[in-house]
Amino acid sequence: MQKAPFVTGYLTEHTGDDAYATLDGYRARGGYEAAKRALTGMSPDEIVNLVKDAGLQGRGGAGFGTGMKWSFMPKGTDKPKYLVCNADESEPGSFKDRLLLERAPHQMLEGILIGAKATGAAKTFVYVRGEYAHPADVLERAIDEARAAGILGADCMGSGFAHDVVVTRGAGAYICGEETGLLESLEGKKGQPRKKPPFPAQYGAFGMPTTVNNVETFSHVPHILNKGAAWFRGFGTEKSPGTTIFGVSGLVQRPGLYELPLGTRLDTIVFDHAGGPLPGRKVKGVIPGGMSMPILPVSQLDVPMANEFLRERKTMLGTGGVMVLDDSVCMVRVACVVTYFFRDESCGQCTQCREGTGWMNKIVQRIERGAGSKGDLDILLDVAAKMEGQTICAFADAAAWPVQGLLRHFREDFEAHIEHGKCPFPESFQL
Amino acid sequence: MVISAETRAAIDAQIQKYPQRRGALLPALHLVQKEKGWIAPETARELAAIFEIQPIEVLEVVTFYNMFYDRPQGRHHVYVCTNLPCSLRGGRDLVHAIEQHLGIEAGETTKDGRITLGHEECLGACAWAPMLRIGETYHENLDVETAKRLLDELK
Ligand SMILES: Cc1cc2nc3c(=O)[nH]c(=O)nc-3n(C[C@H](O)[C@H](O)[C@H](O)COP(=O)(O)O)c2cc1C
Ligand code: SF4
Ligand code: FES
Repeated sequence: MQKAPFVTGYLTEHTGDDAYATLDGYRARGGYEAAKRALTGMSPDEIVNLVKDAGLQGRGGAGFGTGMKWSFMPKGTDKPKYLVCNADESEPGSFKDRLLLERAPHQMLEGILIGAKATGAAKTFVYVRGEYAHPADVLERAIDEARAAGILGADCMGSGFAHDVVVTRGAGAYICGEETGLLESLEGKKGQPRKKPPFPAQYGAFGMPTTVNNVETFSHVPHILNKGAAWFRGFGTEKSPGTTIFGVSGLVQRPGLYELPLGTRLDTIVFDHAGGPLPGRKVKGVIPGGMSMPILPVSQLDVPMANEFLRERKTMLGTGGVMVLDDSVCMVRVACVVTYFFRDESCGQCTQCREGTGWMNKIVQRIERGAGSKGDLDILLDVAAKMEGQTICAFADAAAWPVQGLLRHFREDFEAHIEHGKCPFPESFQL
Repeated sequence: MVISAETRAAIDAQIQKYPQRRGALLPALHLVQKEKGWIAPETARELAAIFEIQPIEVLEVVTFYNMFYDRPQGRHHVYVCTNLPCSLRGGRDLVHAIEQHLGIEAGETTKDGRITLGHEECLGACAWAPMLRIGETYHENLDVETAKRLLDELK
């Protein structure tokens, strides 16, 4: 892994420094000053309003306003309230949270502590995907240090506010990234998403009021407290402020992490930052935000990476995982990989999702083998349409969108397979 | 009693961290599996007793999650990522080369019980493809020869 992104910003400025993952190193860079102010000198409403004014949006995929989400937590209840930090990072093409966990655990913990004060949460559960054993160890060490220094515990930094952080490791199920699947898993059950309402702010972890935020979302918070809402809005677009960490992968010269303002154009990321296609190749399409997000063809990469612009092109920012596909790539094979993943990871509760993901996979595999027929593409689109907006969680939508995107922009790849009865891309990656 | 006293103490420490006992079930399964390698029926029964639930509820959880095993495994797990970013950069060629090298297919264990091979979905290392994990350790930016050498070193 990279210790620091190729382009750094306020989130990743110090991640290249090994000491930054330790309490002393973090404090030497001004760490925990913001939390101290929040705990000793700010009311919960002041914190919530500041985060609202900054316009921070969740970085876990859905882009919901963080200050708004915090304001949903009930006030004046005697029930214990919880925060959950979503470190499940399993959306294919995403690897930014891993960097923040491994290289800047205290930055995230400080954001959590500020969020805890804002919401009145007694405890935070950090749910780390099972495969991230090393990041989980680094985080456990950071928590131990913070506890030993009195930053966490019964009297955080002498403020009278009590908070503790528990790390729970998942065990290899993508659906546990969905926030209510995560809550079930945290309770020691199968990670099957819950029907909403009730939303987690009413009925969350162990039945208590709960707010779920992503690793990166929490990591922005100390910077907002230190430098203010106006400063934060100096990055990004009017509707999507701040930076984010883009993870560039696939067939490109310089795959890796890049912290850039939201609204940075996709072609700037792919060609200027990541160096463009491999020698002798041309870019064919780019998946802009992790595998669930619809692909864009090379003719549409002049789009600012922020949801208000991406939506006009029928896609979204997602997790900022930018996957680059070049002219060697068979888009039917891409569809095979994508639909296999969703078929395999569906939790099986909803018929449309369980059956639909299986059907889509079967049909695209048939087309790839050269055994597809003309009507198959309409069936695919019909199945995808019936999966959207019909299920307990957004997984089914996330499974339908990429197939719709591939057919919207690369229908000719599918038609060529059907017409010629074989794959016309001899140089494509093999299945 | 199949769970060692040491692991049992670690499970009890985990239980303290959650408002409900059962919250510590996943951590407990990780701990037990570290000791035993897999979750045998008698282990599941003992865990059920510790968590005051039915054995079937433990087994449901074990079978839901890819990282828990309800049958014996090789001494080492080798998982190669074959999701899209890795596939684009040779992830599938790497699986095929390893299958040949070990004489087994993904999903199988070598006859000597040394290695269980699998392919896996995205592991959060896409920019450093192709990659695999051996147990809990990631190996990134691999080529076939380096990967074979890593496997040959496993006892
Ligand atoms: C199928 C599915 C998988 C998800 N996986 C993740 C994930 O791995 N990490 C994450 O932070 N959010 C994930 N989310 C989004 C969460 O449900 C939730 O919106 C998010 O954690 C909220 O945090 P934020 O507001 O800070 O973004 C997923 C959502 C869906 C529908
Ligand atoms: S949409 Fe799919 S993943 Fe989500 S609850 Fe229904 S079956 Fe499970
Ligand atoms: S696709 Fe292999 S690590 Fe992400």
